[in-house]
Amino acid sequence: MSTEQINSDLSAIFREARKPLRVNSNELLDRHREEAFLHFIASGIPEKTEEYAHADLLPAFDRDYHLMLRPPRLKVNPDALFTCNVPGLDTRVRFTVNGWTARVDEPLELPGGVVICSLPTAAERYPGLLELHYNHHAGKRDTLASLNTAFAQDGIFINVPDGVNMDKPLQIVNLMQGNNNNVMSFQRNLAIIGKGATATILACDHTLSDNAFLSNSVTEIALSENASLDYYQVQNQHVEASRINAIFVTQERASRLDANTITLYGGFTRNNLIVALAGEGSECNLHGMYLSDKKQRVDNFTSIEHAAPGCRSNELFKGVLDDSAVADFTGRVIVRPGARKTEAYQANHNLLLSDEARVNTRPQLIIDADDVKCSHGATVGQLDDEAMFYLRSRGISEAEARLMMMFGFAHEIVGRIRLEPLREQIDNLVDKRLRGELTKCYNCVRHCKKTS
Amino acid sequence: MDKNQDNILDEFTRGEYKHGFVSNVETETIGKGLSEEVVRLISRKKGEPEWLLEFRLSAYRHWLTMKTPTWAKLEIPPIDYQEIIYYAAPKKAENRSWDEVDPELKATFDKLGIPLDEQKMLSGVAVDAVMDSVSVKTTFKETLAERGIIFSSFSEAVKDHPDLIKRYLGTVVPYADNYFAALNSAVFSDGSFVYIPRGVRCPMELSTYFRINAAKTGQFERTLIVADEESYVSYLEGCTAPRRDENQLHAAIVEIIVERDAEVKYSTVQNWYPGDKEGKGGIYNFVTKRGICRGERARLIWTQVETGSAITWKYPGTILKGDHSVSEFYSVAVTNHHQQADTGTKMIHIGNNTRSRIVSKGISAGKSSNTYRGLVKVAKKCRDARNYSQCDSLLLGDRCGAHTFPRVEVANPSARVEHEATTSKIGEDQLFYCNQRGISTEDAVGLIIKGYAGDVISKMPMEFAVEAQKLLQISLEGSVG
Repeated sequence: MSTEQINSDLSAIFREARKPLRVNSNELLDRHREEAFLHFIASGIPEKTEEYAHADLLPAFDRDYHLMLRPPRLKVNPDALFTCNVPGLDTRVRFTVNGWTARVDEPLELPGGVVICSLPTAAERYPGLLELHYNHHAGKRDTLASLNTAFAQDGIFINVPDGVNMDKPLQIVNLMQGNNNNVMSFQRNLAIIGKGATATILACDHTLSDNAFLSNSVTEIALSENASLDYYQVQNQHVEASRINAIFVTQERASRLDANTITLYGGFTRNNLIVALAGEGSECNLHGMYLSDKKQRVDNFTSIEHAAPGCRSNELFKGVLDDSAVADFTGRVIVRPGARKTEAYQANHNLLLSDEARVNTRPQLIIDADDVKCSHGATVGQLDDEAMFYLRSRGISEAEARLMMMFGFAHEIVGRIRLEPLREQIDNLVDKRLRGELTKCYNCVRHCKKTS
Repeated sequence: MDKNQDNILDEFTRGEYKHGFVSNVETETIGKGLSEEVVRLISRKKGEPEWLLEFRLSAYRHWLTMKTPTWAKLEIPPIDYQEIIYYAAPKKAENRSWDEVDPELKATFDKLGIPLDEQKMLSGVAVDAVMDSVSVKTTFKETLAERGIIFSSFSEAVKDHPDLIKRYLGTVVPYADNYFAALNSAVFSDGSFVYIPRGVRCPMELSTYFRINAAKTGQFERTLIVADEESYVSYLEGCTAPRRDENQLHAAIVEIIVERDAEVKYSTVQNWYPGDKEGKGGIYNFVTKRGICRGERARLIWTQVETGSAITWKYPGTILKGDHSVSEFYSVAVTNHHQQADTGTKMIHIGNNTRSRIVSKGISAGKSSNTYRGLVKVAKKCRDARNYSQCDSLLLGDRCGAHTFPRVEVANPSARVEHEATTSKIGEDQLFYCNQRGISTEDAVGLIIKGYAGDVISKMPMEFAVEAQKLLQISLEGSVG
């Protein structure tokens, strides 16, 4: 099918779904739909655009998917079905299944006045916050995010009030489950971190059945003055899963964001990480790692906009590509006029392990201010022969030496995870992944635990 | 930054364009506008064979189906292709002995410091001087011919060596390559042709000097350089244009073929009129330059100093086809006032063990925009390719822009590709260091820029290096960030 055909199909679906969407969702969410869909359909599914230069989205969209317009009656108890459990890490867990939030027993308001709930509940209870933030950060910045805005009904909402340190990390477990249907989902999350507040969010993506999935999710994050957020996402889906995952962050004065994106497995993964450093002296650190083999495609697109003076950004993405995997990386840094004393560093390093694997890397600096220090670096290469020789000369087998070096390569990213139990868990997963043990099962952690 | 430093910056960026005069030579022009008839007319005026006319016509027909490229980070005002004159020839230039050439023409090139009189020449450089659409004079032709080297204007080469032209024309840059290449292929006027036979080392630098003189014309020259097996040539290109309020279009093509074990050094000092301080006038420089290392161990080295043109759109590139072939690209691009430049290189690795190196230095001042755009591509079957790229930008002033858009595409695991880029202003610590050693801020700025561009300038042939150094100073006099 051609993209024109899919675009017109999506138009038809949107028209058909318009009424149920209006009936089912709060006006605060519903009011954005028309405009967002117009924005999407104006250019349709991106093909060879500047932002999606190498991403071939057609295979992801060219399938029959089931789209749920009403909250599903969740027959399964996700807790019983799945435990994305990190030993030693105490988190508040929230589940979503195909983009719909699952009920939990915890109260709406948590210690310190922290609120974690579903987006529709938030729209009812906290209309003021949604008025201010919903679709404010994503806006019309990306056509696929606009497609999400047109259809989104549910997702996780979190509000951390001013000056509150969240007691436990929030863990969002996104599950995809088909029951013999291919599923398309539009999840929408919103996180508001108040002045001087701190929070940690961990988002995990998993697939529970071997149907084809297309999840198009958007997360909007507002960081107020002096707020601080650690955001981790661990993506581990099966090869028939396509994931378009956009995160839009607006940072006010002196706020800090640390984002770690770890893609262990997935058919097609597109991560959009769009950060606006809007307040003076704000800082963001974006780290990412992707380990791809078979025919997987990973496409990381990051854009950091320095709109205020004295902001710092630091970016490091590393990837290991095997078999006929393809990885794309785009790192865009924009320095607006007047953003004096900007510091922006960026690097992307790739290891190519097979003849069929490919890497396309595009660092981009767009600088319209003079008092700046910006740099970027990109490399594509193989494991270092000399390091290999060193290990071999100490009696380590070639296979083991390769693993050690790849592990070390990846650990530069994993080592930055601040939550120690999570770091250990990821290290463990990476090690398994590099040994080819993760690829055997489609719902990773649980199965792997059985095998290990 | 203190005020004093600001003033120095300001003075430093206020250099004047020194080649903006107009020569009063009688010029024969054809009517403005572009049509199949105009293409035929140009071909007829040049007495071209049928196959070349056909080449032009296919290019023209293809051009009609194309759209102006918009991907570059440039604001290009719409160009009315029917308002351009596609052929202009100084009347007393062609087919005459040197003594009969219009003295005004000679004076023009004298004034530009281009020696066309062999007797008066000290420097060992052979020059092909092109004004508007025709070649005025090619020096040292005979001396070179003794070694079998062909160095002549493109039109002469079409007459004297049709087989060579036919064999190589359009093989590196096909007419359908891009919008401006198609336009050039349809209406190209003159240019230079160089052929270095097998095993010959060209004893002197070859040079083409392009001069736009006539008003409202476009310049569409075409350069074709063929270095046969085991040969060597160093080729220089320079260009200037008068100061005018309207914009003029320059769309050239350069094709370079490097055979087994041959080496070509191609150096450019691009100094087309950049427009005035308010951004009025200036040349639109939309150029396609590409070379191919066809044989094993072929080498192609690009060096460019870009200071001119209102808008530059130019990506000299190399196709590394022969095993063990090498290509290097060194560039300094300076933009000031309202200039815009989107320039860089492409390195396409196809042969095994091919190596490329890119060193690009951008300097932006005033309200200009300076973009590096590059591609390093390693083909699937290309083993052990190696690339190192470095592209740095220096910002002098807070209203200019420096942008970097490199692209790395690797499809073979044995490749090693590294890319680094930095953007910064001249560090206050660097200036402080110089100041405390008794060097004035102005001299320090000059020194720092010299050092910054030094990597590239040092790769240029000596005569050019001196000129390039001076140009840098003129273009930037007075700017620190």
